[in-house]
Amino acid sequence: MFAALGDETRLALVMKLCGGQPHSISQLTRGSRLTRQAITKHLRVLERAGIVHGVRAGRESRFAFDPEAIAGMQEYLDYVSEQWDQALSRLKAFVEN
Amino acid sequence: MTSDRIEKRMELKAPVSRVWRALTDYREFGEWFRVKLEGPFVAGKVTRGQITHPGYEHVKWEAMVQKMEHERLFSFTWAHPKSLRKEDYSPDYAGEPTTLVEFRLEKTAAGTLLVVTESGFDQLPGDRRLEAFRRNDGGWTEQMKNIENYVAQKPS
Repeated sequence: MFAALGDETRLALVMKLCGGQPHSISQLTRGSRLTRQAITKHLRVLERAGIVHGVRAGRESRFAFDPEAIAGMQEYLDYVSEQWDQALSRLKAFVEN
Repeated sequence: MTSDRIEKRMELKAPVSRVWRALTDYREFGEWFRVKLEGPFVAGKVTRGQITHPGYEHVKWEAMVQKMEHERLFSFTWAHPKSLRKEDYSPDYAGEPTTLVEFRLEKTAAGTLLVVTESGFDQLPGDRRLEAFRRNDGGWTEQMKNIENYVAQKPS
């Protein structure tokens, strides 16, 4: 997931989509030096990471941002972090007594 | 942007040799970590065991020991299973992406400075996020945040 965002093009795509409005590939390609194919490839990486998802609108495929993916990963890190706090306080009691 | 590592620093009022033993003797490690390990930690070898933490006794422990630099650095990699809930827990960790856990020890005037880092969360697929939402405690953290946000938005 972090790897998916660790790329300037993909980060720029997420910035465009995070307003909430789904965009078509043509809209996302506009103003970019990359080809439609290249943009599509980046969108697929983001889709696999659960950061965006495709929505069909007639013959056109649009992409929308999924904010829960990012919020959820932070949540998971917070959870693991909390587990470490608990384990380390047990270690502290264990070696100090 | 979310960071992809966790770092904890802790001062322990015990000599480095004591902390080193608590970390690297598999029986002592098992005491405070709450895991029953089958055998000692050996660099380059996998250590297996069973979690003894109440509510998680069905969870298998499996870690690949990376480094054991005497009284300085102990590290291993381990997998983060999709779910730890008894209903949908799978004990097969093969092929699961792993994170690296490092324990670094440093002598201080008061005893030992322990720095624990866990890194490589960028290797974990997005579906790990579901786990946090499913857990009660994760849910509580979320609830606390909701309350915090609520209060922040509505002072007085």
